[in-house]
Amino acid sequence: MSAHAPAHDHDSGHAATPHVTRKDYVTGFLLAAVLTAIPFWLVMGHPLPNPALAAMVVMGLAAVQVVVHMVYFLHMNGRAEGGWNMLALLFTVLIVGIVLSGSLWVMHHLDVNMMPMSAQDMRQAP
Amino acid sequence: MTAATHIRLAADRAGPEFYLSEDHHPENGTLLGFWIYLMSDCLIFAVLFATYGVLGHHYAGGPTGAELFELPMVAVNTAMLLFSSITYGMAMIATQEGRVKATLGWLAVTGLFGCGFLGLELTEFAHLIAEGNGPQRSAFLSSFFTLVGTHGLHVTCGVIWLVTLMVQVKRWGLTETTRRRLMCLSLFWHFLDVIWIGVFSFVYLLGAMS
Repeated sequence: MSAHAPAHDHDSGHAATPHVTRKDYVTGFLLAAVLTAIPFWLVMGHPLPNPALAAMVVMGLAAVQVVVHMVYFLHMNGRAEGGWNMLALLFTVLIVGIVLSGSLWVMHHLDVNMMPMSAQDMRQAP
Repeated sequence: MTAATHIRLAADRAGPEFYLSEDHHPENGTLLGFWIYLMSDCLIFAVLFATYGVLGHHYAGGPTGAELFELPMVAVNTAMLLFSSITYGMAMIATQEGRVKATLGWLAVTGLFGCGFLGLELTEFAHLIAEGNGPQRSAFLSSFFTLVGTHGLHVTCGVIWLVTLMVQVKRWGLTETTRRRLMCLSLFWHFLDVIWIGVFSFVYLLGAMS
């Protein structure tokens, strides 16, 4: 008991090391397992006739799984570190969104406006 | 006169109290700082994902993702990382309960899953390179190797860090310092799993479909 008491005090007294529970991890793991299995099944089993739709579902499930990991494994909430963790995360999400969408958008237009090149041309390109 | 003195005394009293409450949580800074490091790491991966998104279909007449990727192997790899996440969670629970042996055991299992993941990934890389599909083959493969390789490098660092912490926990027990370090590695390890979600969805699954 003497070994447990200070440990418990330490964990419940400080917001810095969040109190983790077995239930959180198991819930997160089960959700993550399902959210991983579905996209693999979608791609390997071809249940959806439309590949574009399947791709959208795969990316949507990935986004949901990221949130599940954030909540259950990284213990993300608005209270950790007085809200600064969440603020840093939101700022990162904003920057990542700008970087990803901006790059894909600009480069896609650049691609569209380029001269078409055949696979044969590409093999001979330096 | 007396009122002014009273006010000054009240102000003097307020000062030290504020200072003490600031100084009371010395470990708060570490986890926030580590979180901000993870967010900056996230930006590195975002840039690599953007690069892959732009170059992912530039095969230069070479093989495509659909021809190269072996999804069953990717599924096994994904499962290994996911299992390593829950075993690390169990290590954190053991840490919280102050059980040194259980912590070390779960950390060892986590490390083994990490090594298994790295082994499979290196096998895949060696296989690709041996067939002439190394990073120099096409823009697609360059960006693929950079993105997946950077993730693998992070996992390698994570495994080294994990072994280091196991030695520290064995030597010093679960002190406040080792607990804080275990918490940082927990964030790092779970963060790598989050990045892997992006890798297997965007790179492997979407690549195998196109």
